[in-house]
Amino acid sequence: MKKDDEQYGDGIFSSCDKSVTLQEAKAFNETPINPRKCRQMVYLVIKELSNIAEDVIMVTSSLTKDMNAKSDVVYRANAIRALCKITDGTMLQSIERFLKQAIVDKNPSVSSAALVSSLNLFSQTPQTKEVVKRWVNEVQEAINAKGVITQYHALGLIYQIKQHDRMAVTKLVQNYSKGSGLKSSFAHCMLVRYLAKIISDDENDNSGSRAMFDLLESWLRHKNDMVVYEAARAICTLPNVSQKELFPAVSALQLMLLNTKPTLRFAAIRTLNKLALSHPVAVWPCNLDMENLITDSNRSIATFAITTLLKTGTEASVDRLMKQITGFMSEISDEFKVIVIDAIRSLCLKFPSKQSLMLNFLSNVLRDEGGYEYKRAIVEAIFDIIYHVPDSKEYALGHLCEFIEDCEFPKLAVRILHLIGTEGPKTAQPGKYIRYIYNRVILENATIRAAAVSSLAKFAFKCENLKPRIKVLLQRCLDDSDDEVRDRAAMYLKVLENNEMSIKYVGDDTSYSWPALERNILNYINDTEAHLEPFDITSTPIVTKAQEEGERLRIKANAQEAIAQGPGKSKITPTSSAPAGSAPAVENVDLQTRYRMEMESIPALAVLGSLFKSSKVVELTESETEYVVGCIKHVYDKHIVFQFNCKNTISEFQLDNVFVQMALQPEEEEEVGLRFKFQLNVPKLQFDKVESFYSCWEIVGSNGSPQASFSNTLRFLVKEFDINSGEVDEEGYEDEYLLEDVDVTLADYFQPLYLSDFRKSWEEAGSQNEVIETYSLTAVQSIKAAVSTVIDLLGMQPNEQTQHVKEKATTHTLILSGTYFIGLINCFVRCRCAFDPSSGVTMELTARSNNRNVNEKIVNCIS
Amino acid sequence: NLSLFTTKAIIILDTEGKKIVSKYYDNKVVKDQKVFEKQLYDKTKRQNSEIIMFDGHVVVYKNSIDVNFYLIGSSEENELILSAILQTFFDALSILLKTQVEKRSIMDNMDLIFLALDETISDGILLESDPSIIASRVSKRPEDGLQSGTYSNIPLSEQTISQAIQTAKEQIAKSLLK
Repeated sequence: MKKDDEQYGDGIFSSCDKSVTLQEAKAFNETPINPRKCRQMVYLVIKELSNIAEDVIMVTSSLTKDMNAKSDVVYRANAIRALCKITDGTMLQSIERFLKQAIVDKNPSVSSAALVSSLNLFSQTPQTKEVVKRWVNEVQEAINAKGVITQYHALGLIYQIKQHDRMAVTKLVQNYSKGSGLKSSFAHCMLVRYLAKIISDDENDNSGSRAMFDLLESWLRHKNDMVVYEAARAICTLPNVSQKELFPAVSALQLMLLNTKPTLRFAAIRTLNKLALSHPVAVWPCNLDMENLITDSNRSIATFAITTLLKTGTEASVDRLMKQITGFMSEISDEFKVIVIDAIRSLCLKFPSKQSLMLNFLSNVLRDEGGYEYKRAIVEAIFDIIYHVPDSKEYALGHLCEFIEDCEFPKLAVRILHLIGTEGPKTAQPGKYIRYIYNRVILENATIRAAAVSSLAKFAFKCENLKPRIKVLLQRCLDDSDDEVRDRAAMYLKVLENNEMSIKYVGDDTSYSWPALERNILNYINDTEAHLEPFDITSTPIVTKAQEEGERLRIKANAQEAIAQGPGKSKITPTSSAPAGSAPAVENVDLQTRYRMEMESIPALAVLGSLFKSSKVVELTESETEYVVGCIKHVYDKHIVFQFNCKNTISEFQLDNVFVQMALQPEEEEEVGLRFKFQLNVPKLQFDKVESFYSCWEIVGSNGSPQASFSNTLRFLVKEFDINSGEVDEEGYEDEYLLEDVDVTLADYFQPLYLSDFRKSWEEAGSQNEVIETYSLTAVQSIKAAVSTVIDLLGMQPNEQTQHVKEKATTHTLILSGTYFIGLINCFVRCRCAFDPSSGVTMELTARSNNRNVNEKIVNCIS
Repeated sequence: NLSLFTTKAIIILDTEGKKIVSKYYDNKVVKDQKVFEKQLYDKTKRQNSEIIMFDGHVVVYKNSIDVNFYLIGSSEENELILSAILQTFFDALSILLKTQVEKRSIMDNMDLIFLALDETISDGILLESDPSIIASRVSKRPEDGLQSGTYSNIPLSEQTISQAIQTAKEQIAKSLLK
C-alpha cells in the first residue's frame, strides 16, 4: 500500500508543503522502519491528497482492511478517517456496516474517529446525509460511551440528525444536563447552545420556556469557566430577555472581568459590550470593574471596556470617562481609535448637552498624529454632531476651520469645505468663514482650491451682503494656474449675476444617486454598442439631500444592527448558499442594491423602471423538503415582480422549465387590481443549485396599491440524472409541488424612511391632510403585540426607539415614517395606544403627508 | 454555531513571522494566507497577550521560547473553547517533544507535529481534548507497534528481517500444533 501511494503521489508532492515532503522521506527511510508511524503518516498524506488526486479511490480496499483490523491497533482510527475522507455516496453504502460498528467500538479513539467522520459526511451531500441518518441508534449508544470526548462527538452528531425535531432535542438536553452522564465540558457547551436555540425559537409561546430558562441558568454554576461563560452569553443573547433574567448572567461575567487570564476578561467584556447595545441598564453594575479595565495591557480588552462604558455611561459619568479616554488615546492603534471615536459619536447624540465637551475632545484628537481612516472617523463624527445637535454648529464649524488650516488629507479638506459651504451661510455670522476658505485658495493644491471656490460661491448666493466682497475674491481666482479653478470661478461669477441661474446652479442641493450613477456609467463603458449614443444621464435617479442622508443612516443603522446580532439566521439568498457562520455581516447591509443590480441585468425586468422596494425573503417551503423555495416581492411603479429562489436537493433529478404558477385567490384579477403580465422560467435546475425565476404582475385599476393573496404551485419537468456519469435521461415527466401562499400587503408599498428629527418633519407635514382613526382592539392582549402588528402592517421605519415597549406598559406612542411608492410621498404616522385589562388595547392612528388618499390607506391598515 | 466546527485554522510562526506550520480547515476564511499570517504576526508581536480580534476572527495565541502558536476561530465562537483547544495541542507537543517547545525541536520532529495536529483537530472539529491521549497516539515508543500478536498485521514487505523470522516461527509453531 505504501508503494501505491508513493507511485502516484510522486508528481503531486512537488505542489505539497515542502516540509511535509521532507519529513515524509525521512520517516520512510529510517532504519529500522517504524511501521506504525509510517502508516499514520500515509493516512495523513492520503487525506491531504484527497482534494487533488483523482485515483485516491485505489487505496480504498487497503484502508477498509486496516479499518477492520481485529486487535486494538492504533491506526484503526486513522484508517477510518482517511477512508471517510475519500469516500462518496455510492462507496459509503458498501462500508456502512463497518462504520456503524466502529461508532460503537469499545475503543474511544475508533468511536470518535467514526463519529467525526460521520459529521463530515452528514454535511457533504444529501445522499450521504441520508445514510448517516440511519445510524441514529448507534450514535445514541455512543453518547453513553466511556470516552470523554467521544460523548461530545456523539452529542454533536445526534443533534445534527434530530435538529428539526423540537421534542427530541428538548429531551436530549434534559436527559444529559442533569447528573454526571456527560463528562466533557465541550459537550456541556453544546447542550447550552441547543437549549438557547429552543428557547429563542419558542419566544412566542412563553408557557414552557420558564423551566427551560431555569435549566439554562443552572449552568451558570457549572464548575468549568467555559460552560459558565457559554451559559452567560446564551442568556445575554436571548430575545426579549428581561432585566431580572439577565442579572445572574451579568454577575457571572462581572466575576470573569476580574480574572487574571486575559482570555476570560476578553470574553466577558466582549459579551457585555454586545449586551450594552440592547440592554445598557443591565450592564451598569459592571461599570466600576470596566473602568479598571481601561488600563488593561491587552488593548483589545481596554477598547471594549471604553466602548461599553460609553454605551452604558450616564450623563453624570461622561466627564470622568472622557478624561480617562484622553489619557488613553495616544497608546492605542488607529484601528482602535476609530472604534472609540464611533462610540463617542453615539454618546454625543445621546447626551446633546455634553456636546461642547465632546467637540473639544474631538478637535483635540483631530490635531494629533494619525492616519486617514482615523481622521476621517473624527471628521465624520463632527459632521454627525453638526447635523443632529444644531446648537453645536458654530462651535464645530470653528474647529473644522482650524483643522483645514493644517490638514494633510486633501479628501477631508474638500469635504469640510463643502460642509462649510452648506452650513456656514446659515450661521449668525457667515462672514467670519470667508477668511478661512480664501486662505485655502492661496495656499493649497488645485483640488482644494476648486472646492474652496465652490464653497465661496455658496456664501455669495445665500448671503446677499457678502456678495460684493466674494465677487472680488472670485475675480482674483480667474488668474489661477489651474484650469478647473479658473473655470469654476468664471462660471460662478457669471451665474451670480443672474438670480434664476444662481438658484439652478448654486442653490440646488439635489444630486444624482451616486451608486446608480456609478452603475449606469459602468454599464455604458462596458457596452461598446452604446458608445454610438452619448451617455444618457436622465436614466439616473435624482435624490435630494434629505434622501441621501436617509439612505446613509439606513446603511449605518443596518450595519450597527448586523454587528449587534452577529451573522443572523442564514436564509436562502439568490447567489450564495451561505455557509454557516461565515457569512460576513456586511453582506446583509445592501441586499437591496444587489437585487436592483440583478434585476437590471435581466432585459425583460430592466424596462419596468426603477425598483422601489424588495421585501425580505418569504420561505414557501420547510427548509428540509425536496425543493426549497423562497420568494421576494419587488415593487415597481406599475408592477410587482415575484422572485422565486429555488434549490433542488434531489441528486437523482434535474428539473427543466421550472416556474411557479401563481393564482389570485379568491377574487378576480380586475377587482384586486393586479393582472398577470409575464414570467421568466428557469430552463434547467440541477442538483444542489439555486436558481431564480420571476413572475411579473401589472398594477391596474384605481386602487393604486392592491392587496392580494396568491396560492402557488411549483411546476417543472423532471428528468432522471445519473450523478456518476453525469448523463441526463431525455425522457421527462411533468410534476408539480404545492407551495405556501404569498400575500401582498400595504407594507410592500412603503419604504422605511429614516429621519433625524421626526418632530420637525411631523410639524412640517401639517394637519391639513391629516387623517385620524381610532380602534378598539379587544382581542389584543398587550401593547407590545399591538405595536409590533402595526409595524408589520405598515412596513415603515419606527423612530426614536419607539418600537420598544416597556413590559406591562399601559400607554405607549409609536412613531413611524415611510415613503409611499407612487410619487415617493413621505408619510408620518403616530400611533397612540392605551391598555386596559377589561377592554384590551385602544389605538389611535394618525397619518400625515401631502396626500389625503395615502393617509386614509394608512389609518385603514387595520381591518 | 450549533455544529462542532470550531477551528478555522492553526498556525505556528517563528520569531520573524515566518511560517513553520499552518493548517487551514476553512479555505474561504482567508484570501491570501501569506498576507494574513504576516499581518497577524505584526499585530501580535508586540503585545504579550493571548487573545485578539483580527480581521473578523477571534484569534487565541501563545508564545513559547521562539515560536508563536495561533488558533483562528469564528467571531461568534466561545473564546474559552478556542483557548482550551490551543492549550490541548500545545500540551500534547510538550509531552511529545520531551524538551521545551521551541523552533529547533519542532523542526527536528516535524512528523510528530503533523501527526499530533491530525490527532487533535480533524477538519476543524476537536478530535481529542486530552493531551496525554494525543501524545500516546503519536509517540514513537517502539514497543507500542511491536507488541506480540501485532506482527501478523504488518504486511510481509514492511517487516524487518528479525520480525519476519519471528513471524515465520509463529506460523510454523501454529501449523505443528494443529
